[in-house]
Amino acid sequence: MHGRPRKPSKPEDEAASAAKAQKLRALQSQFLHNHQNNIYTKEAVELSAKLLEINPESYTAWNYRKLAVEHYLSLTHSDSNPESLNSIFQEELTVAENALRQNFKSYGAWYHRKWVLSKGHSSVNLELRLLDKFQKADSRNFHAWNYRRFVAPLMNRSEEDELKYTEDMICNNFSNYSAWHNRSVLLSNLLKKKADGFLLKEKVLPEEYEFVHQALFTDPDDQSGWFYHLWLLDQTVKVDSPLLVSSWPAHGYDLMLLGDSCPSSPFTSFHSDSGTFPLVLYFNQAVEGVNSSTVSVDCELNTIKDLIWKPLSANNSQTAQVWVTQLNFIDVEPKAYPVEVSLGHSQGIISSSGFHYNHSRFAFRVCVQPVENGSAKRLGGDVMLWSDEKFHIYDAHSQESSPVISLDQLSIQNNHETTASEWRTEAIAKEIDHFRELLSLINCKIGKLTLARLLMAHDTMICPSNKTHFKEVLELYGDLMKLEPSHVQYYKDEHSLVLLQQVTSSKESLLNHCFHYRNLTSSHIGNPICLRLNNLSLSRVGSFDKLLWVQMLDLSHNELQSIEGLEAMQLLSCLNLSNNVLCSFTALEPLRSLKSLKVLNISHNEIGAHSIDTTRYLCSSPVSHSAGSEWNPGEIINADTDVKSYWEAYFILKDLNLTQLDIVGNAISDEKFKSFLIKILHALKWLDGERLH
Amino acid sequence: MPLLFYHIRPEAIPKTRYLMGELAADKHVKYIISIEKKKDNFESVVMEHLRMNGAYWGLTTLDLLGKLDAMMEVLFVGGFAGNIGHDPHILYTLSAVQVLALFDKLDVLDIDKVSNYISGLQNEDGSFSGDIWGEVDTRFSYIAVCCLSILHRLDKVDVDNAVNYIVSCKNLDGGFGCTPGGESHAGQIFCCVGALAITGALHHVDKDLLGWWLCERQVKSGGLNGRPEKLPDVCYSWWVLSSLIMIDRVHWISKEKLVKYILGCQDLENGGISDRPDDAVDIFHTYFGVAGLSLLEYPGLKAIDPAYALPDDVVKRIFFAHRHCRSDLSLARRRLLLKLAVVFCN
Repeated sequence: MHGRPRKPSKPEDEAASAAKAQKLRALQSQFLHNHQNNIYTKEAVELSAKLLEINPESYTAWNYRKLAVEHYLSLTHSDSNPESLNSIFQEELTVAENALRQNFKSYGAWYHRKWVLSKGHSSVNLELRLLDKFQKADSRNFHAWNYRRFVAPLMNRSEEDELKYTEDMICNNFSNYSAWHNRSVLLSNLLKKKADGFLLKEKVLPEEYEFVHQALFTDPDDQSGWFYHLWLLDQTVKVDSPLLVSSWPAHGYDLMLLGDSCPSSPFTSFHSDSGTFPLVLYFNQAVEGVNSSTVSVDCELNTIKDLIWKPLSANNSQTAQVWVTQLNFIDVEPKAYPVEVSLGHSQGIISSSGFHYNHSRFAFRVCVQPVENGSAKRLGGDVMLWSDEKFHIYDAHSQESSPVISLDQLSIQNNHETTASEWRTEAIAKEIDHFRELLSLINCKIGKLTLARLLMAHDTMICPSNKTHFKEVLELYGDLMKLEPSHVQYYKDEHSLVLLQQVTSSKESLLNHCFHYRNLTSSHIGNPICLRLNNLSLSRVGSFDKLLWVQMLDLSHNELQSIEGLEAMQLLSCLNLSNNVLCSFTALEPLRSLKSLKVLNISHNEIGAHSIDTTRYLCSSPVSHSAGSEWNPGEIINADTDVKSYWEAYFILKDLNLTQLDIVGNAISDEKFKSFLIKILHALKWLDGERLH
Repeated sequence: MPLLFYHIRPEAIPKTRYLMGELAADKHVKYIISIEKKKDNFESVVMEHLRMNGAYWGLTTLDLLGKLDAMMEVLFVGGFAGNIGHDPHILYTLSAVQVLALFDKLDVLDIDKVSNYISGLQNEDGSFSGDIWGEVDTRFSYIAVCCLSILHRLDKVDVDNAVNYIVSCKNLDGGFGCTPGGESHAGQIFCCVGALAITGALHHVDKDLLGWWLCERQVKSGGLNGRPEKLPDVCYSWWVLSSLIMIDRVHWISKEKLVKYILGCQDLENGGISDRPDDAVDIFHTYFGVAGLSLLEYPGLKAIDPAYALPDDVVKRIFFAHRHCRSDLSLARRRLLLKLAVVFCN
């Protein structure tokens, strides 16, 4: 029972309870009798009112009263006396009000009132008075607030009036999350409609910042204003139209497409047996409508038309932040081919909030190398070893330009958008000052967290080369981990994301993590570049927009329990995730999109050690029914027992062409499971370091 | 008349003394069984209209505790007068379907009739009404989607439209309300996230934003509240926790502190779990406490599925197994069970 003290019941209480029960039961059975026999006499209807007064949750009694009203309406219709009509409805309003007095959280009572109003019977003043009474008694009652949103338009109250009402409620007591919530709903409507006085965000938002400061700075531990402030920050930073953040190949890129010859440069060359490579578009938010009519790819080859674009999303949704298509250079004359990509020349690329992508273009060159017969084998024939001695620090000076430079070019292109709105940077700078001041007075969690978010927002908006706040933000998150241990993982995740932004923010810092992989037994491979982000205490990965070029990635010895977003790295062929805390195969869902993946190390994780799977519903599976799901219901029902018991592994791995897999050190990995893997992975040559026959 | 008769093996209830900080499993079993017998106090009469929900809460808890088999037999009797006579409503339809799923007896339902009842409640805008009287709420969207999925009849409704309506109830804090513009509430968030999970549409959720809102529901005592600046309550161990799990953000709260809080709300003497320490226990909070502990991987409990709110093995059986044929049920039993179906879809 909500909020009722636990105490042994006394005999006299029990007797009283039994007496009350007996009375209620008699009432109930008499009522049900009336209901079943459609008895709507005055006495019968009164009896239902009595029942509802004691038990407002008796939903069948509310239904009965609606039937009774309809019954009387059909009778009074002929003499159409407005007086008697009025009294019928008035009676219902009274019963509902009495029930609400008994329990103002009663869904049935609130809905009954709504139903009466929808019949055209409403007294504006009465509803307003009732609401005032209930909202005064409990200013957080969400039923009353819902009812208010329903009644306000009926009473012809404008959204401005209602906005003023939230202001009054908040001024009365700022600790009212319900009022802040309603304010955000009303304000975003008014902004969207560009109502009088709400045309310019740069006028409205600074005032709102001032308003919410009063709440935040009066009691920083009260959560009521926290989410409103975060929403304002989002409104300040957000540019409506979607932007292209990066692509692979990037603008100005010279791509060496190799058939079977040795690569001349580990960075700009891409090895493709099939003569195809992916073209990846990375947007700043999820978009829909990327297709051959909204994106044109111009190249002299006629193999490159009618491209099929695929959204990289777990649920087969047609909305995604990253889109990919395959460009086909099979059996073409060896030479350099300029390619130009033009996006959004016809409208159709739309963000989930309905904004269109503005037109932009980028260009790169594809240098197709002559085919040399009988040359070296590629990686995959030999076992790939992730041990430290195989990796040698990459010497940037001895090499030609790296793709890191060209990655930056695209973000600069988008900059006119942000410089055009100085008020945004000004507003953020002002907020930064306010929160620094707050922190100088009091050491509070929300102050530190908000400052960290503001600094990151500031860095995102200004020129990329001026990103100077990483160190301070990382320290803030470090402090927060100590300050609030119960949310330590939240701060750690944020810390990891900022750390990766720092690593990928400049060519220099990124090159510190680039290594040559040298396998002495196969020197002809040509020393591929491996990005090593191992041993960084990462609990989450991000900044994928800067990492689209990576073919070999080492994320081992971190604290990853998710690889969300990794699907963007379409070129990945070797991936080391060993010694993390991945809990299930469904957590590896992003790998399903990585068609080039050959070598995978997931050893020493926690796969199979948990009874609750936290990523089950983030991928399509037999238990969720996404449209166009790859699961054929018959497939799993008729599958053999191994597939049923290992369906997650089956689902994630079955379409990958892995040649090497390390899985040792997971709870799931026993002999039975390993033989299952061998059965479903046809290309597999190495399992846990042992060569298969 | 109760909905269910339990016949208990007396030896199934051992006597054990418990210390604070462990789950008093056998006491809770005893408590759940005892409340079925207690039908003449005021509370049980007040709750009579939702006896179907009570059956689901009690039986699922018993299953999670591994004690469903402690019952020699559960008879669905034709009478269940506490409910007969009450009007059909989608709220009780889900509990009925869940209880039948628990006992692997879904085949007794006239599945077309039940699914027609549910699909008939979908409105133009994709929302669902609770019954013929037209109250709209995202709770009913969840119930409809969950029921139809269990019955393999999701194709009977316009799923895209149902998803669109839920998305229209998304708020600026990442949460969801009853109707568009309604304030975020952990229970409502469970319904919306659960429905999106079942329909494979979780990409509509801003996982980081909602995850932060949800993890801030954990208060100093370790318990979870349902909205900002509210008191903690054991039932939110289910609503908040299952939502956090479905969006893969459950590591953002302290599981240890929450386990401690739930265990602290047990009545160690008479069994049952309450909303807050030292409050009166009830079946609703007993279910949510045990289900919460199951989500927290508390040792000795069966795993529960966060979206369907049914034990994991039951969900597997629903989706991975061949449909049963009806022959293993006696004709008399099937007739009795059919009455149950009729009550909920007439």
